[in-house]
Amino acid sequence: MFQIFGIPSQALFGQLLLGLINGSFYALLSLGLAVIFGMLNIINFTHGAQYMMGAFAAYLLLQHLGINYWAALVIVPIIVGLTGIIVERLFLQQLQKLDPLYGLLLTFGLALIIEGLFRNYYGSSGLPYGVPDALQGGRNLGFMFLPNYRAWVIGFSLVICFATWFAIERTRLGSYLRAATENPTLVRAFGINVPRMVMLTYGFGVALAALAGVMAAPIYNVSPQMGSDIIIVVFAVVVIGGMGSIMGAIITGFTLGIVEGLTKVFFPEASNTVIFAIMIVVLLVRPAGLFGRGA
Amino acid sequence: MATVAQAAALKARHDSERSVGVAFAIMLAFLVAGPFLLYPVFLMKALCFALFACAFNLLIGYVGLVSFGHALYFGWASYLTAYAAKSWGMQPEIAILIGTATAAALGIVAGIVAIRRQGIYFAMITLALAQMMYLVALRLPLTGGEDGIQAVPRGRLFGLFDLNHEMTMYIFVLVVVLAAFLLIYRIINSPFGEVLKAIRENEPRTISLGYQTDRYKVVAFVLSATLAGLAGSVKALVFQLASLTDVHWTMSGEVLLMTLVGGLGTIFGPVVGAFLIVAMENYLASFGQWVLIIQGAIFVVCVLVFRRGIVGELAHRLHVRL
Repeated sequence: MFQIFGIPSQALFGQLLLGLINGSFYALLSLGLAVIFGMLNIINFTHGAQYMMGAFAAYLLLQHLGINYWAALVIVPIIVGLTGIIVERLFLQQLQKLDPLYGLLLTFGLALIIEGLFRNYYGSSGLPYGVPDALQGGRNLGFMFLPNYRAWVIGFSLVICFATWFAIERTRLGSYLRAATENPTLVRAFGINVPRMVMLTYGFGVALAALAGVMAAPIYNVSPQMGSDIIIVVFAVVVIGGMGSIMGAIITGFTLGIVEGLTKVFFPEASNTVIFAIMIVVLLVRPAGLFGRGA
Repeated sequence: MATVAQAAALKARHDSERSVGVAFAIMLAFLVAGPFLLYPVFLMKALCFALFACAFNLLIGYVGLVSFGHALYFGWASYLTAYAAKSWGMQPEIAILIGTATAAALGIVAGIVAIRRQGIYFAMITLALAQMMYLVALRLPLTGGEDGIQAVPRGRLFGLFDLNHEMTMYIFVLVVVLAAFLLIYRIINSPFGEVLKAIRENEPRTISLGYQTDRYKVVAFVLSATLAGLAGSVKALVFQLASLTDVHWTMSGEVLLMTLVGGLGTIFGPVVGAFLIVAMENYLASFGQWVLIIQGAIFVVCVLVFRRGIVGELAHRLHVRL
């Protein structure tokens, strides 16, 4: 044991780790929001509820069908992503020509419905979801104890984030996507089915949220309000980073998680408000956001 | 030709003033007869929310700014009024003034920060600011945390009228809400209000005409926040309670829902919406989470097929302004 700035290293690194974990979820969720916003010009308020659905789906699959964590990691994003596609086909598609405000209102309404339904059936208390066997325990790094599952979450979300970045910024499909964001009419003229691409983009964004939900289930308890708790913070993260850049969303997410963790060590009272405070400062100094392109 | 056009414009203006006058008379008759037909506490609650929704509508309906954090002003004004009345023993009118002033101050700060971005970002920023102050309310000793501030004394208005008397309280609430309603109507129809509507319709063009739109937006934001605060302050005295519910984001969603149901950018819409939603919540109170589900469903239905809202649809059918 040693001390840094009068803080025991265990506590410091412990909070740093927790910050990185939170940062992983901020990054995954703001990434999904940015992808959806780019294509649909809608702020997906249902994102938090879809994250919660991911966690619940993993819990229910384990409880009722005995499907374990690893299978859930694949199945749940597909299931929840499909529900997203249904939502896009049924509702969001009709809002294309309207003020983006209506997209926000509609997805807000959907979030209320989903949260209400889950609260109705599962109550407000958290349900436990065990850490998968292969990731039980942890290792001692000398300066801190690192639980295996947490290391996995950080590593895996980094992989997912960069895979998404690569897919959008470096592949042919991604270039269609970016082109359709800039000018959908022109891209359609080239024979690309833009409405289908919009649908799949929304499904993908929702699947990312659900994946984050599965990963979060063993760390935080599974509860109906877990989504609305985190989504408002993610909105602040998105305002700070600006939604123009995929890499920006990833970097901002992780950085703010770490900042939040450090605040918990040095100034615990402010730990849950620090991200909002940073948002205010960023808005006053650089209104477009750190990685943003205009309003 | 000019005179014909002028006469037509004058007639249209006259007609719309008449329709508003008729609607106002109906509303007034309902509110005066109300306490003899319905529970005064229900009416007072609905009136407070009607004012809250009207204040909110000033921003969303007439400037086109979507605030997702109006619970901030409503809730914090309610806290400060409750605290002033209970812990400092202030008279009700002073307590309400303190609460409203708090909302105005918060509105200035939040307004200056939030108007730096537009559209969807504006909504997210206001939501985030409100959430921040919710978390502050959760921790600060002043608010009483989870318990809130209970048993707030209503006191004697101007030292004369005993507000513990239900009917006196009702008249007081009615007068305050109607005064604020008329003030909002006046604001909307003033030259200042015309500029606000111009910003809603086409901001770049308004800038090109020489208006510093950011200033107008901040002023409108502060007015809206202040009046929302007035609603929260009065509510604290009616229920003798200020609690976390009033600062939570669900409250911001609720006022948005009331305005949407009644009709965005209509004069009477928020009032109708507030009465409907408050009535619905009263009847569904025993069904627990169904309130949340039904609220969500109303949002979805309104956005998909009923964007004009009740009063907006009515005005559209009757070809009048309401």
